[in-house]
Amino acid sequence: MQQLIPESGLAAKAASTLVSPPVVRRPSRIMRALRPWLTFKAVLGISLLSLLLVCALLAQWLAPVDPNKQNLMAAMIAPQYFSGPHFLGTDHVGRDLLARLIYGARISLSIAAAVVVISGAVGIALGIVSGYFGGRVDFMIQKVVEVVWAFPPLLIAIAILAFLGQGLGNLILALTLQRWIPYCRVVRAEAMTLKEREFVVAARSIGASHLRILGRHLLPNLIQSALVIGTFAMAAAIIAEAALSFLGLGVPAQIPTWGSMLADGRAYVSTSWWMSLFPGLAIFATVLAINMLGDALRDNLDPKMKRRR
Amino acid sequence: MATDAPLLELTDVRKHYAVSGGPLGLKTVGAVRAVDGLSFSVRAGETLSIVGESGCGKTTTARLILKLEEPTAGAISFEGRRLDTLDAAGLRHFRGSVQAVFQDPWSSLNPRMTVGRIIAEPMIVQARLSRQDRQDRVAELMTQVGLRREQAELYPHQFSGGQRQRIAIARALSVDPKLIVLDEPVSALDVSIRAQILNLLKDLQDRLGLSYVMIAHHLATVRHMSHHVAVMYLGQLVEIAPGRELFRRPLHPYTQALYSAALSTHVGRPLSEPALKGEIPSPLNPPSGCRFHPRCPHALAECSASEPALVEIEPGRRVQDCSCVRRLISAAAK
Repeated sequence: MQQLIPESGLAAKAASTLVSPPVVRRPSRIMRALRPWLTFKAVLGISLLSLLLVCALLAQWLAPVDPNKQNLMAAMIAPQYFSGPHFLGTDHVGRDLLARLIYGARISLSIAAAVVVISGAVGIALGIVSGYFGGRVDFMIQKVVEVVWAFPPLLIAIAILAFLGQGLGNLILALTLQRWIPYCRVVRAEAMTLKEREFVVAARSIGASHLRILGRHLLPNLIQSALVIGTFAMAAAIIAEAALSFLGLGVPAQIPTWGSMLADGRAYVSTSWWMSLFPGLAIFATVLAINMLGDALRDNLDPKMKRRR
Repeated sequence: MATDAPLLELTDVRKHYAVSGGPLGLKTVGAVRAVDGLSFSVRAGETLSIVGESGCGKTTTARLILKLEEPTAGAISFEGRRLDTLDAAGLRHFRGSVQAVFQDPWSSLNPRMTVGRIIAEPMIVQARLSRQDRQDRVAELMTQVGLRREQAELYPHQFSGGQRQRIAIARALSVDPKLIVLDEPVSALDVSIRAQILNLLKDLQDRLGLSYVMIAHHLATVRHMSHHVAVMYLGQLVEIAPGRELFRRPLHPYTQALYSAALSTHVGRPLSEPALKGEIPSPLNPPSGCRFHPRCPHALAECSASEPALVEIEPGRRVQDCSCVRRLISAAAK
C-alpha cells in the first residue's frame, strides 16, 4: 500500500538521507485529503468505474460502429482484435460486440445507480423512522415490509413489466419495489440499538429535536451498514436487470444491454464463446469495482479507520 | 450558597412499568415498581447522592429528573414549576438548565462527531451564541475540564476513559446549567482516574455554584462530595440524611450494610456488620411490609406485616420507621 503513496515514500527517503535535523515535509492539504483514497481497493474501484462511466457517457464517439447494424454475412465472427474491424467479434446477427458492450454500459449503470439510490433512500428513511419511533409506526411499516417481501422478486418484476409494459422507467420501478427492504430491516435494527445508546439519550436530554437526533446521531452511525448493503444491491441490480433482459422483459430489444447480450449468447455458447464471455466479464468488472469502492467508502467514513495525520 | 427554596423537588414520585403477558401479550399482568413513592429535594449549590444496589430504581430516578420518562404518579418540580405542565418555552429553559453526565463514556459520545462538535451541540440546540463565539466557548470549556483546546478536532475514540468523561462534563457545562444529573459518573472508570473526575466535579461546583444529583452504587464514591445522601432500596428511600451524619451514624440496617461494604477494603479493620446476603428481590413482586426484611440482619417478626413510613428524626434526616430501626436507635441511645 505504501508504494501507492509516492509523496510519503519520497519524504521517508529524504528524511533518511539527511543526518540532522530531520526535515518533516508536511503534506499539502490536497494530499492529506486524498491520502485515504490512495489504497489499492479505492484506486482500482474508482478507475474501473470511471472507465465504465466514460464508456456510458461517450458511447456515440467511442463505439467503432453502430451497435444495431446487422450484417448476417458477418455473423458470429470470432474476436479479431487488431487484425480486423470487429475487435471482439460479432453476434449471431452480425452486430459488433464491442460497440454493443460500450452502449450496454449506459443501461446497466444507470439502472444500477437508479435502483440503488431510490431503494436506498426509501429503505433508510423508513427503517430509521421505524426503529427510532417504534410502537405503532414501527408495526405498520414492518407489516408493509412483510407483505412486499412475501412476493417472489422475479414474479413481482414480471407482473409489473407485463402490466405496465417494457421500458427503462418500469424496469427501475420493478427492481426497486423490493430492494428497499434489506435497507429497511438492517437500518431499523441498527436504529433500535443506537437509540438506547447514551449519546442519543444525552441528545434527548439537551432537548434536541427528533429530526436532529435522526440526522446527526443515528444516520452517521448506521450509514456504514447501509453502504455495505448498497454495494451488494448495486451488483445485484445489474444481475437482476440481466436476468429480466434474459427473459425478454427488460428494456426494448433494440437497446443493447449486457443482460440481453448474455441471453443472446447462451444459445451459441458451445460455438461462439465470445458472445457470452465479454458481457459476463463486463458485469463482473462492474460488480467488482462497485464492491471495492464500497469497501473504501466504508473505511473512509469511519473515523476509527482513518489514518493518523 | 444554599438558599431555602429547593431547586428540584420530587413529591411522592412513582414510576411503574406495565408487564404484559397472556397468550398474545396483550394483557397487563403486573407492574414493575421501579420507583415507588420518592420524595426529596435538592437546593441550589448542593449535591444529593442517591446510593443503592443495581435495580433499586436509581437510574430510573435520574431519567425521571431529566424528563426522559414521565412519572406514573407524583410530581417533579424544577425551580418551583412542575415538569409535567411546562409549555414549550418552559421546557426549553428546563432543557438548558438541567444537564446530564452518563455512566459509560464509551457510549455517551457520538463516535462520528469531533469533540468540538459534541461539546457545542447543547449550545446549537439551545440556539445560543454565534458560530465564532461557540468555538471560543468550546475552547474555554475544554481548558476548564483539563483538556487541550487543539483536541477539539479529534474524535472520541482517540481519548481515554477519563478524558472522555471530561468531554461529557464539558458538554454538560456548555449551556451554564443549574443542575447536573450525574448517573454513576465514575463507575466505568479506572480506580486511579475516579478521584480526578470527582475532584474536577467538586471544583466546578465550587466555582460555578452547580447542583448535582449524583447516582452511585457505592457509598465510598459519594463520601467526599455529598451534602445529602439518599439510600434507595427497591424503589423506595430507606434513609436520607446530611452526608456527614449518615457516614457518622448510619441508622437503617441497609445503610449500615452498604457502609460496611464500603469499608471492607480497609486493611486491618474487621467487618463489624454482616455483609448482605442474597439477591435484591424482584420489584415486580416486592416483599410485604418492610421491603428489606428478607435480607435484614435485624429483622423482627412484625417487619413483614406493615410497610414502614419515612419519618423525620432529626432536621434534614429521614429514615424508614421500621421496628428494627427504632430498636437500633434506642439501643444506640443507651
